[in-house]
Amino acid sequence: MNGQIVKLFRLIVLLFAVLVGFTSYWAVFDAKALKDNTANKRPLLEQQRIRRGRILAADGTVLARSVRKGHGDGLRYVRRYPEGALYGHPIGYSFVRQGDSEFEKFHNDELAGNGSEFSSILDELRGGRQEGNDVVTNIDPAAQRVALSDLEAAGFGAVVAIVPNTGRVRVLASNPPFDPNRVPEHLGELTSDPTAPLFDRATQGQYPPGSTFKVVTAAAGLDSGTITPETTIDAPGTITAQGRPLQNDFKQSFGPISLDSALTYSVNTWFAQLGVRIGVDTLFEYMSRFGFNSTPPIDLPSSQVSKSGVYEGADLLGPNDPIDIARVAFGQERLAVTPLQMAEVAATVANGGRLMKPQIWSRVVDPDGRAVDRLDPSAYSQVVDPQTAAELTTAMEGVVDAGTGTNAAIPGVRVAGKTGTAETPFNSTCGGGADQNQAWFIGFAPADEPKIAIAATVECTTAFGNDVAAPIFRDVAETILNSEVR
Amino acid sequence: MSARNRELAALVPVALLLTAGFAAVFAQQSARLDNLSLVYGGYFLAICLATHIYLRLRLPNADPYLFPLAALLTAFGLVMIYRIDAGLARDQANLFVLGLALFALAIHFLRDYDILERYRYTIAAVGLLLLLAPRLPGIGQQVNGAYLGIKVGPLAFQPAELSKICLIVFLASYLREHREVLIVGARRVLGVTLPPLKHLGPLLVVWGASMLMLVFIRDLGSSLMFFAAFLALLYVATGRLSFVVIGLALFLLGAWFFASTVPHVHDRVAIWLNPYNEPESSGYQILQSIFAQADGGLFGQGFGQALITVPGTHAPLLPAAKTDTIYSLIVNELGLFGACAVIMIYLLIAARGFKIALIADDGFSKLLATGLTAVFAIQAFVIIGGVTRVIPLTGVTLPFISYGGSSIVANFVLLALLLLISDRARREAGPAQAALGRP
Repeated sequence: MNGQIVKLFRLIVLLFAVLVGFTSYWAVFDAKALKDNTANKRPLLEQQRIRRGRILAADGTVLARSVRKGHGDGLRYVRRYPEGALYGHPIGYSFVRQGDSEFEKFHNDELAGNGSEFSSILDELRGGRQEGNDVVTNIDPAAQRVALSDLEAAGFGAVVAIVPNTGRVRVLASNPPFDPNRVPEHLGELTSDPTAPLFDRATQGQYPPGSTFKVVTAAAGLDSGTITPETTIDAPGTITAQGRPLQNDFKQSFGPISLDSALTYSVNTWFAQLGVRIGVDTLFEYMSRFGFNSTPPIDLPSSQVSKSGVYEGADLLGPNDPIDIARVAFGQERLAVTPLQMAEVAATVANGGRLMKPQIWSRVVDPDGRAVDRLDPSAYSQVVDPQTAAELTTAMEGVVDAGTGTNAAIPGVRVAGKTGTAETPFNSTCGGGADQNQAWFIGFAPADEPKIAIAATVECTTAFGNDVAAPIFRDVAETILNSEVR
Repeated sequence: MSARNRELAALVPVALLLTAGFAAVFAQQSARLDNLSLVYGGYFLAICLATHIYLRLRLPNADPYLFPLAALLTAFGLVMIYRIDAGLARDQANLFVLGLALFALAIHFLRDYDILERYRYTIAAVGLLLLLAPRLPGIGQQVNGAYLGIKVGPLAFQPAELSKICLIVFLASYLREHREVLIVGARRVLGVTLPPLKHLGPLLVVWGASMLMLVFIRDLGSSLMFFAAFLALLYVATGRLSFVVIGLALFLLGAWFFASTVPHVHDRVAIWLNPYNEPESSGYQILQSIFAQADGGLFGQGFGQALITVPGTHAPLLPAAKTDTIYSLIVNELGLFGACAVIMIYLLIAARGFKIALIADDGFSKLLATGLTAVFAIQAFVIIGGVTRVIPLTGVTLPFISYGGSSIVANFVLLALLLLISDRARREAGPAQAALGRP
């Protein structure tokens, strides 16, 4: 019988080897797919057991924190947003059942403390539980508050403020705001709300830029050598482009003028002719350097940051598509831009033609208070040379001193900027009125030593850029220039 | 070193492991080290030492590794159960002591275990009656559609656990007497070697009755286990693979029949094949078992880290964590390496058990040792295979680890029988043959 017993033992060994094989499959080889399986609630429940790090404003104000619920096996953490709706954008939310968005989503790994496999083994040996890191932002609470309250007084819209030489985002406000604390109970309501409070207008809103785009055209014209500041172009009240008449406001004729006057008085016929001279390829090249046609390199989920450019429906058009370059040049045609993109345009001019990557985060701090990572400001592109930027700055100062943007003036501070008022008649999102505008102001201050670049826009307003957007620029810029936050 | 000294030497690391395990769970649960773990380790070592001294006196030649291996599994189980619920672990520790008491009693009264052969039909009848008991009015209990337990006053018991020993004793004894005629009397029909029905008859009756009983009480896991043990013994006794093939064919036929007629069986198979059809109801247990293992990885999450209930509620996230799916909990907390260690311990026990069968002198001892070892190993396979989706998940316990008195008591009685056989075999074999038992 001994032979049979040995064979039986071999069979048992084989069967146990199968058990080891299956266990390896579930525990190691198929583990990732199993964790991603929708029927598997464990990853979410595990996530709930991690004390997620806080999100802080530049001055240390707590924007998001996790509070403990239950204990022992019932221990879990729930996200709280002490400042409510003020930072709904750009902080977003993070909840186990509702998912996450915006800054919370983009910085999830740091906030949840997801390290490498190696460090988690070390943690295990130490017996520690995974803990999240705090992330400190560049947001200036005073400026964010001013921006949002000004917007709430003016209408739906957005404000973005960037430090030109570092790309630090001081303000990112979108009106209507939402209170992330309401998400667990009212996500459905917030999602179906026709005013779209969850939509971050600062980074996702795609608006016609109006005359603010003239800054881009002017930059391309000067930097490519198409014109100099002294070059004059005759600007009659009406010209014809693509077989259709194209007019200045009130069909006002300016005669031969140079860039300073053309920008100060926002002369459409002047910029239309400049656009044709620059040519579609060169203009698109400069747009790309400014960041158009790409997802802005900000630290937000790419699904929540829109590209700016000339759109046909949902498709971005390129230089080879049929485009009315004359109308693109002064901000009409099918241009759709985000407030973030226009803030980047202002910041580029302010920073001597060099575009820095806009970043909301400033540093990551571990639970022991050590900074484990710090923002190292980096350039996105050298858009124009410093001389071009200086010439543009001079022209943009004229806009605030004597032109269309006088409401942006700050006593004792030199301000450079550009207004914009795009007509958006019969726009369904604005209720379909005939005299609805998209009002803009982009600019920076002080013009001689720029500390902050800002884009402010208000949608569905009957007012002009100088009436509603320039005052917002002025209030936010003043707040930041007086702020303790550096 | 003598066999008993080796046993003693092996028990010390087992007690240390238990101490370390409790220390790890304490550290996790209260964020501090508690010398209570030393107290528990001390108690455990004391109980094991007492058993060891008893073995030294009673069975000086018995296999030195089986008891430490069983103690190791028990220690594993105690730590895992403590980690689920401290109260349950206290029960389990008491049951461990009760199991050892019955272990000692079995060694005391069955020293001459040949008497078992004389009462084989009585033992078979007791085994069948035990299986039938859960359906008896008044004492029977139905759990999850199966009639697995009996309850008399405060005592609850799962008779299938003891019944398996009774049926193995019967099969070993019967096959010892009839194995020759089964081999010699076999005839070839259409190229297939068939056993002589006359001698197979009583065997088929007892076995068939037990299978029917199991269908009657709806205990699929046990029936699978019994059937596999039956085939294993039949093969070892006769050396005829064809008998096993016929048995397997009959089993598949029977399985197909029951799968298509008995809804309970049908459901189990359907869940096994397509667990994602109803992930929140029928497929919940097996899916959660696998999801729990997926979180384990190579090294596991650590003692006390696994989620067993949905946090903040009492809803089970790993159903039957202390019994059926305790293996999944081990994978989750100790990882693939921890799970392999557990499987390796079962394999070592099987190796020692079969070694005893190899060196045993008489047919009954050989077959009994083989049968007991086989049924033990197969039980481990049925439940680990169930929670890892190798086979349909059926509720049998993981020997020595799962929570439950019947299981721990029955398995210690099984261990007692193995040690009795081993003691005699090694004594008779003398020092020369006993050397075979060395690693």
